[in-house]
Amino acid sequence: MSSAVSWFVTIATLVSLLVFFLILQLNKSVSRPGQTTGHDYDGIQEYDNPLPAWWYWGFMFTIVFGIGYLIYYPGLGNYKGVSGWTQVGQLEADQKEADDKYGPIFAQYRSVPVEELATNPAALKMGHRMFINNCSVCHGATGEGSFGFPNLTDSEWLWGSEGATIETTIIGGRKAAMPAWEGVLNDSQITEVTEYVLSMSARPDVDQALADKGQQHFMTFCAACHGPEGKGQTMFGAPDLTNDIWLYGNSRSRIEYAIKKGRNGEMPAFANKLGEDKVHILAAYVKSLSQ
Amino acid sequence: MSEHPEYNLKVVRQFAVMTVVWGIVGMLVGVIIAAQLTWPALNMDIPYLHFGRLRPLHTNAVIFAFGGCALMATSFYIVQRTCQVRLISDGLAAFVFWGWQLVILSAAITLPLGITTSKEYAELEWPIDILITLVWVAYAIVFFGTVMKRKTQHIYVANWFFSAFIIAVAILHIFNSLAIPVTLTKSYSVYAGTVDAMVQWWYGHNAVGFFLTAGFLGMMYYFVPKQAERPVYSYRLSVVHFWALIAVYVWAGPHHLHYTALPDWAQSLGMVMSLVLLAPSWGGMINGIMTLSGAWDKLRTDPILKFLIVSLSFYGMSTFEGPMMSIKSVNSLSHYTDWTIGHVHSGALGWVAMVSIGAMYHLIPILFGRKQGEMYSEKLIDIHFWMSTIGTVLYIASMWVNGLMQGLMWRAVNSDGTLTYSFVESVEASFPGYVVRFIGGAIFLSGMFIMAYNVWKTIQVCKVEAEAAK
Repeated sequence: MSSAVSWFVTIATLVSLLVFFLILQLNKSVSRPGQTTGHDYDGIQEYDNPLPAWWYWGFMFTIVFGIGYLIYYPGLGNYKGVSGWTQVGQLEADQKEADDKYGPIFAQYRSVPVEELATNPAALKMGHRMFINNCSVCHGATGEGSFGFPNLTDSEWLWGSEGATIETTIIGGRKAAMPAWEGVLNDSQITEVTEYVLSMSARPDVDQALADKGQQHFMTFCAACHGPEGKGQTMFGAPDLTNDIWLYGNSRSRIEYAIKKGRNGEMPAFANKLGEDKVHILAAYVKSLSQ
Repeated sequence: MSEHPEYNLKVVRQFAVMTVVWGIVGMLVGVIIAAQLTWPALNMDIPYLHFGRLRPLHTNAVIFAFGGCALMATSFYIVQRTCQVRLISDGLAAFVFWGWQLVILSAAITLPLGITTSKEYAELEWPIDILITLVWVAYAIVFFGTVMKRKTQHIYVANWFFSAFIIAVAILHIFNSLAIPVTLTKSYSVYAGTVDAMVQWWYGHNAVGFFLTAGFLGMMYYFVPKQAERPVYSYRLSVVHFWALIAVYVWAGPHHLHYTALPDWAQSLGMVMSLVLLAPSWGGMINGIMTLSGAWDKLRTDPILKFLIVSLSFYGMSTFEGPMMSIKSVNSLSHYTDWTIGHVHSGALGWVAMVSIGAMYHLIPILFGRKQGEMYSEKLIDIHFWMSTIGTVLYIASMWVNGLMQGLMWRAVNSDGTLTYSFVESVEASFPGYVVRFIGGAIFLSGMFIMAYNVWKTIQVCKVEAEAAK
């Protein structure tokens, strides 16, 4: 802050504390203790009793304590305080202390491959604790996911099931981009593609004539990511359309909506929050969920 | 008693009756949202009943509708009685009453509709804010105009507190509500980021300080000596604690923003001034409770006095708890937990509601033609007193337990430094506390229904007596 504001804060604070001190001094004694002041308001009178001593000294103590606190800690404008304390400094010191203390516990597993670590009970216990506090908000406490958030316990892996790939996913996050096709395909064409997509997972209620028409659009627009057989590609995070696992619902209207409007799933990056040692263990836990 | 002019008791009667009505409404909404926190399905998937919309309705209803009507009733009554003059304008006084009811009605409609500025305790949108300002200015004109025309030489201490309350709330309301309107129901605050947060809590904490503390101390300074029929304990103490209280309160807001983006210096000042606030706050409690010295026996027999004295005890407890919670290291445990909710309610139920209820039991018989405190049933006042006390104790004790447990669970770590509990586990563990809180709130609300019945019967009896006297 500017030095003018800093001085204003400092002077206003000290003057206020001084005024409280003076008010206390000026009212320390009374002339007629135990008698009334002579005022009468609607029958109410007032005793001219002195301030209770314990109250007076309590008040004085908080003023003195306050001044001491403001000498030791920042408070009086730009003055940093004798301690030089800052909340950012305290946070960094606490974080460093925690890293020094707990860092080696996580680092010890760094050289063990994720696949092997996924059978280590001690590592999985640590992984579970991190999962609960970092991942469960979206993927659920048991990792079963919910609408728009992948189920980690099933057999489908949008971005690949390799331990190193899972680690990459957690470290850097993922951005899936299913484009919106409503500007490219007209409504009846979207209906046809939808029908074809439904037919890929052998749904019983498919209109085969529509599906046959839809196949042509699928090959033109969808196969690039989802593959000509609709098996998906982990390179793009494009889901397999031939099984009965559906991230955004399996109803006809849900699928049609996804084709029309597109979908943009995002997995956040945890590199900065957890660091690579912890992510390595977390990846092993996630890997273990689908085994 | 000396000769006095004919007072304007009509507006006092109106506000007094609405105090009981809005008390029931506000506390009912409180019990509903307490139930929703326990059993979330109770919002029934209806947006108008969602916790996020009903919660501001609850806070606005209890603070500004119940508390506001109680303050306006008692301030209009006290200023007339202690200045020995009639209110300067019956028309303006009526405008204050009807205007304030319109504000409350607008809040009750807009908040469930989701129309909100999202500023805590200042959720109402700009057209209602303007109406509040107009009503408040009228209130100030009537109050200060009456004080200026007083027949007594000095101004009684209750009126100092009401004056500070009226002036400070006007300043707080106007500066915190400054916003740029976009449509009739949407505006944006003129402040941004941390400044917005600081202005908001400068307002928020002083809504507590001036609305819920200074205003109700004004009420206390009249009804405690009146009901106890004893002189006020110390005039000198009232002078010192009044000036100290109003001067320190305005500094305390930053303790709501400990360990946030608020600069370190502002946090330190907020904490220091919150600690300095302890003695000035307790000055009011001491003066109230010590007024009873020499008449302690009345506590055994007079349930109205029980309400007033127990309210002062809760006041003293919560104004001790507040400065303790403002200490940064305590705050790092208590902040964002149910402890805060418990603290607020030991003030709101224990202090604000109980002193208002006591004042109303003293006042309502007078307003309808009987002597002070002559309600239809003294027994029912006593039952109400015990229900209020038990309800408050259940509420704050359960929130203490929950708050400490949540704070400790959130910071617990395993031997590898990972967090021991997930957030949802702390919610699950809070369930028993939520049930007890709901029960406590329901008991307090039930007491209000007993009060409503007692008030209703009192008014009926007074009507019969008035007929008979003709």
